[in-house]
Amino acid sequence: MASALLEALLDRQALAHAARPREPEWLAAARRVAAESLAREGLPGPRSESWKYTNLRALEQRTPVVGDAGALSRSIDSAIFSLPGFQGSRLVFVNGQWRKDLSHFVAEAGISISTLAAADPEQLEPWRVVLAQQHTDSAAAFARLNTALATDGAILRVEANAHVATPVHLVFIGAATERDIAWHLRALVELGAGASLRMIEHHVGIDANGVSQIGNLFANYALGRGAQLDLVQIQNGAAGATLIRRSECALAADATLTTHTLEIGAQLTRHDFDVDLAGDGARFVSRGVFALRGRQHADTHLDVRHAARNTISDVLWRGVADERARGVFHGAITVAAGADGADANLSNKNLLLSPNAEIDTQPVLEIYADEVKAAHGATVGQLDEQAMFYLRTRGLPPEAARHLLIGAFCATALSHVEPTELREHLAAMLDSRLPRTEAS
Amino acid sequence: MSNTVSPMLKIDNLHVRVAGREILKGISLEVNAGEVHAIMGPNGAGKSTLGNVLAGREGYEVTQGSVEYEGRNLLDLEPEERAAAGVFLAFQYPVEIPGVNNTYFLRAALNAQRKHRGEPELDSMQFLKRVREKLAVLHLKDELLHRAVNEGFSGGEKKRNEIFQMALLEPKLAVLDETDSGLDIDALKMVADGVNALRAPERAFVVITHYQRLLDYVVPDFVHVLADGRIVESGDKTLAHKLEEHGYAWIAERKLAGAA
Repeated sequence: MASALLEALLDRQALAHAARPREPEWLAAARRVAAESLAREGLPGPRSESWKYTNLRALEQRTPVVGDAGALSRSIDSAIFSLPGFQGSRLVFVNGQWRKDLSHFVAEAGISISTLAAADPEQLEPWRVVLAQQHTDSAAAFARLNTALATDGAILRVEANAHVATPVHLVFIGAATERDIAWHLRALVELGAGASLRMIEHHVGIDANGVSQIGNLFANYALGRGAQLDLVQIQNGAAGATLIRRSECALAADATLTTHTLEIGAQLTRHDFDVDLAGDGARFVSRGVFALRGRQHADTHLDVRHAARNTISDVLWRGVADERARGVFHGAITVAAGADGADANLSNKNLLLSPNAEIDTQPVLEIYADEVKAAHGATVGQLDEQAMFYLRTRGLPPEAARHLLIGAFCATALSHVEPTELREHLAAMLDSRLPRTEAS
Repeated sequence: MSNTVSPMLKIDNLHVRVAGREILKGISLEVNAGEVHAIMGPNGAGKSTLGNVLAGREGYEVTQGSVEYEGRNLLDLEPEERAAAGVFLAFQYPVEIPGVNNTYFLRAALNAQRKHRGEPELDSMQFLKRVREKLAVLHLKDELLHRAVNEGFSGGEKKRNEIFQMALLEPKLAVLDETDSGLDIDALKMVADGVNALRAPERAFVVITHYQRLLDYVVPDFVHVLADGRIVESGDKTLAHKLEEHGYAWIAERKLAGAA
């Protein structure tokens, strides 16, 4: 499908910009192939099963330029991304451009952090397979786009058995620009065997009214045997922004990936979260909540593959949509042949707060192994009238009762965030997005 | 000359329809401060409908009659306004509210009522002091406080939690809707002790029950028998014993005899 958007994104200047002189030839070749397949097959249309609830037609008429020439000089108040009690390393990107002045590295044995643009060819070599990977499914158009165009981002490497004490904060800021822009960033995170790390992926917006941008973040997480990654994702992007994210995670034996995701910002978001439980005993815990209002649209596609024995996935998501917002949650779990002893649990409950809001939830379970424990459930409902009445008979006005019930409904998804300060910060952010009680 | 004191609650010829069916067919009842009224009756008589109408539940259509509370039209008030004015309903089936901490909820409720009445809100220290006092009076353990509202509570715990809420909110008019149902004798005594501890000259109770059992422990001033949407008999506490002895069929027979 030809579109103004693709022509703008893949114009000669953008492609030339992406071709870095220091880059290894395999990467330059991968960029060309990805750009060609994207130009040939285009963006997924409404007939693409995986995009059926998220229509890209509105995007297709846009003609953003790649990158923001003014990104380095935009004034940013660090208060917008600071987290209470946080003491760790921070990499900050503004409109897709790394900002050294806002970033901060804490030296600690066992972890190396650098930007993709500054990486030597030797540093890229271990990532050759993922960087050169060609997505064959045309639904992964933005992954192709990222492969073709992302020249910067973050590279994190934790050595085997290193327990990193200081967390890493990756910050992606959307700031107002003079014209429509697009940016593409890559994050590469590797934990060696027995290593552990806490990290926070944080999307922030400023200048709520001037932001017109398409952000595209593609992250790869590779967890070695017994490694543990605790990942918190805060998506509070700028009101007008479009954010397309893809997270691909591969877990070796006995590795544990724990994620907490808060989706409250941006205009249109799509997050493809693929988890491959490749080694025996690998474990994935996902907690998440989206709270949408206005005309926000958030689409989360979680795809978990149990490919080895005794693997565990435990997914619990909550969703709330008010006004004319639209939420989509697709939770797919596949248990491959031979992955006996797999234990998969997926729960997605949603609340519609307005007759014009819409939430589509699709749990998908495919099992090809024999001894498997699997449970999944998905609901879309409204506030419980009985509970509302009960709270009101105790004296709570309807707005307060509503707020209390919605807050409690969502809170379950974030009740295990560590440390406490971060949990409370997320709870407050979430709370600020829920329907308010009047003048309280 | 003594002042004429108007009743706290005055129900006059109340007719109520639920889902198109007439459930209450002309109830009149006056309750004064300090009194305990028991409403007894067989299943389907309209007992719970009466409780729900007084608390302001949606879906109950008053087609005739009036309810005055402290001289105001109670039916004009929203449920939370009734609560702030001192009306409390102990639910027959208390609602589970996962994720909402009992203490947090009660403080929010109490302060919402106080705010509505123009009273200063209680800070957490003042609130906890009050909680401790009430727990002591009711001989309750504070374990209920740390849990989510009614979530995973046993039947007895839910009913005790209702009584605890009542104690904390200090209503003027408490309506207990079959608070005794499903309780073993120990839990029943506990609920009764709670109600008795709260009896006061300025407070009135309407105790809705199917069985006479509770009334052995909460001794009413008046007993009314509700059958087919009407109060068919009123009397003192001995009426409850007669009912226990003869069953509700006895009332129906007397009604027939009276009509003949």
